[in-house]
Amino acid sequence: MTTITEVETRDRLTPGTAAPSLWEYAPSLEATDHFKLAPRYNLFIGGKFVEPHSKKWFPSINPATEEQLAEVAEADAEDVDRAVREARRAYEKVWRKLAPSERAKYIFRIARLIQEKARALAVVETMDGGKPIKESRDIDIPLAAAHFFYYAGWADKLEYAFPNRNVASLGVAGQIIPWNFPLLMAAWKLAPALAAGNTVVLKPAETTPLTALLLAEIMQEADLPPGVVNIVTGAGATGAALVSHPDVDKIAFTGSTAVGKRIQRELAGTKKKVSLELGGKAPNIVFDDAPLDQAVEGIINGIYFNQGHVCCAGSRLFLQESIVEPVIRKLRERIQTLRVGNPLDKNTDVGAINSAAQLERIQALVDSGIAEGAEIFQSSCALPSRGYWFAPTFFTGVSQSYRIAQEEIFGPVLSVLTFRTPEEAIEKANNTPYGLSAGVWTEKGSRILKMAQQLKAGVIWANTYNKFDPTSPFGGFKESGFGREGGLHGLAPYVTLS
Amino acid sequence: MRLNVRKTYKLYINGEFPRTESGRSYPVRGKGGELLANACRGSRKDLRNAVAAARKAQAGWGGKTAFNRGQILYRIAEVCESRAAELVDELKKHDMPAAEARREVEAVIDRWVYYAGWSDKYAQLFGTVNPVAGPYYNFTVPEPTGVVGVVAPEEPALLGLVSRIAPAIVGGNTVIAITSEARPLAAITLGEILENSDVPPGVLNFISGLKTELVPWLAAHMDVNAIDTTGVAAEAIPAVQRSAAENVKRVIHFDGKRIGWDDARQSQGPYAIYDFQESKTVWHPIGM
Repeated sequence: MTTITEVETRDRLTPGTAAPSLWEYAPSLEATDHFKLAPRYNLFIGGKFVEPHSKKWFPSINPATEEQLAEVAEADAEDVDRAVREARRAYEKVWRKLAPSERAKYIFRIARLIQEKARALAVVETMDGGKPIKESRDIDIPLAAAHFFYYAGWADKLEYAFPNRNVASLGVAGQIIPWNFPLLMAAWKLAPALAAGNTVVLKPAETTPLTALLLAEIMQEADLPPGVVNIVTGAGATGAALVSHPDVDKIAFTGSTAVGKRIQRELAGTKKKVSLELGGKAPNIVFDDAPLDQAVEGIINGIYFNQGHVCCAGSRLFLQESIVEPVIRKLRERIQTLRVGNPLDKNTDVGAINSAAQLERIQALVDSGIAEGAEIFQSSCALPSRGYWFAPTFFTGVSQSYRIAQEEIFGPVLSVLTFRTPEEAIEKANNTPYGLSAGVWTEKGSRILKMAQQLKAGVIWANTYNKFDPTSPFGGFKESGFGREGGLHGLAPYVTLS
Repeated sequence: MRLNVRKTYKLYINGEFPRTESGRSYPVRGKGGELLANACRGSRKDLRNAVAAARKAQAGWGGKTAFNRGQILYRIAEVCESRAAELVDELKKHDMPAAEARREVEAVIDRWVYYAGWSDKYAQLFGTVNPVAGPYYNFTVPEPTGVVGVVAPEEPALLGLVSRIAPAIVGGNTVIAITSEARPLAAITLGEILENSDVPPGVLNFISGLKTELVPWLAAHMDVNAIDTTGVAAEAIPAVQRSAAENVKRVIHFDGKRIGWDDARQSQGPYAIYDFQESKTVWHPIGM
C-alpha cells in the first residue's frame, strides 16, 4: 500500500469539497446473533453432508477481519467422483422421470426458503466475502430467490421455449462459480439447470463457500431428492477434477478468461456442452449532453459496486472531451464520500477486498498504472487496520495501451479515457478482446440506440448501470464467453434439441 | 473439331478470383482417377487474406437491413436456378448420376430460398422483451457473432457447403469456407454465381486446398469468432477445439451423416442461424 499512500490525494481536492468528517455516520451494525455457523462444513453429496475422502478441511476467512468463520471440506478427485455418481444416479432414477410440474414445485420451494432465510444468508454472504450488507441484503439474496422463482416456472413449459423442436435435458451438469456473488451465482447456475431437468455438481469458490453450504441445507429442507444437487468445496484442483470427469455432460463456468480458455481447451474432444461467463473490461461512455450528476452516480455504481469485484464493472470510463473537467471534479468529490469499512455496517458503500491474493493483484495493477504514467486519485478514507482493503481509486491520463486500460483489475479502480466523437468512442470501446457489458450516458434517444447497436457487448446499460434481473439474459461477446444466463435464453445451455 | 476451352478453378476472396498466392495446385480426380482439374492448393496467406476481407465486410453486411439481406439471398437462389446446369455438370464430373446431381442442386436452390425467408424473422423468434422487476425497458436482440470459418463437408460437396454458409450469412456474419477437398469444383463455380448475385465482396470467401493444412490455421486465427467443424475429419476435431479456445471461438458442428442433409426439419432451421448469433440485452430506465 505504500505507493498509494505516498500519492495520497486529500491535499489535491478542490476547495469547497466536503471534508470526510462532515460525512461521518454513527455505526449501524447488522445483527449476527440470529443464526449460528457450524465450526465445520462437510461436502454435500447424495443429500447428506459427508466427510471428504481427502480428510482435509480449509478455513473460510472473513476478509474484513481475517478471522476464521468456519472450516470447509476440501474435495479431492475421489470426492468429485462420488458426487458425480450421486448426481448420475439421481438423474437416471429420479429427476428425469419426475413430472416437470413437480420439478417446478421443488424449485419454487427453494426460492421460498431463500426468502425465509434471507437475512441470515445476507449476513453470511457479507462476512464470508466482504461485500457491504446493503448489497447482499438488497441485491444478492433477493435476486438469488428471484432466479429460482423465475426458472421454476419454466420447468413444465420448455416446449414453448424452443418451437418445433423436442427439448431434452443433458444429464449431469458440473458448475463452477466465482467468489464475487457467491449465492447469486449459485442460483444463476442451479435454477436453469434444474428446471431443464438436469442434476448438478456445484463447486463454489474457495474463498466464499459458506452460503452455498447453507443453500445445501435449504435443499435438504426442501426435500429435494438426494443427489439432484451436490456441492463440493475446494480450490482449483477440485474444479479441474469436475471439468475432466468423464461422466459429466455439461460444464458451466463463471470466472476469469484465462481459466475459461483452459477449460475450453480441456474439454476439446469430449461431448461435454460448455458455457462460459468470463472477464470484462467494460466501457462506460458519457456524452456531453448526459445529466452529469446522474452519470456520476452511474460511474460510481459501475466501478465501486461490490468493491469492483464485478465481471461487468464499468472499469473504463470514456468521457467526451468537453465534460472531462466537471466530471473529474465531481468524481473526486464523490469518491471522498464513499463509506469504506465494516461490511456489516448498513451505511457501508465499499466493503473489504475478497482475499489477500486479490488485494495483491489489484495493488500490482495500480502500481503498473502509476509506473506507466497515469495520474492517480484516491479517496483519503481511513482503512481498517485488519482485513483486506483498497481505497476507491481512479486514474486519469490513461492511454489505451496501459495495462490498467486493457486488463481486468477486478477491484475498485477506474481508468478514465477521453473521446471527441461518437465514432471514436465506439472504436475505443470495442478495442478489447472482451465484450461483456457497456454503459452509455446521453439524453439523446437515437444516439443510445446507435451506440447500443455498435457496441460489441452482451449487456448494454443506457443511463443506468449494473442492473440484473432473472428475466434478462446476461453473458458476453468475444472473449467474455458464450451462452447466456437469465431469461428464456438462459435455458439453451442446459438442453439439447432434436 | 473444335478444341474445348478448359476452366481454371481459382479461389474466391473479397469478390475476386485470385490464384493461390502460393502458386501451388492439387489434382482433383474423378472416380476412375482421371484428372478433372488442378485446383488451387490454398495457403495460410490466402486464408489470412480471406479473413481480412471477411472482417472488413462484416460491419457493412451485418448492418444491412434484414430485408436487404433476404433480397440478396433470394437473388442467389435465382441465379443458382438459372445456372443450375453448370452446377449439375460440376457434380456430374465426380461421377454423380445426373438425376442425383440435379436433386442436390435443387435442394441447394431451395435452401437459399428457405434462409432468404428467415432474414427478417429470426430476430422476432430469438429476440425478447424482458419483463424485469423495475422501471426499466429491457430487450434482447440477436446479433451476428462476426467472422465465421466454415469447413464444408466432403459430401454432399455443394449442399453441405450451402447448408452451413446460408444460415451464417443470413444472420449478418461473413464467412471463410474451406471447400470439399476431394470435390471442390461445384463450390468454386458457386463462387462465380455469388459474384453475380449482389453479394458484397468479402461476405463469402472460398478457399480450396488440403484440409490438413488449412483447418489448423483457420481454427487458430485470432480474428475468426466462430468455427463450423462440420467438414473436419473426426480425428482432427479435438485439435480444432483446442485451438479455438485461444480466443474463445464458438465451435459449431452439424452431424450431417447422422441427421441427413435433406431432412428439411433437421438439417435447416432458425436454430442453425442462432448458432452464429450473440444475444445482446439493452436496459433503459422508464421515467418522466
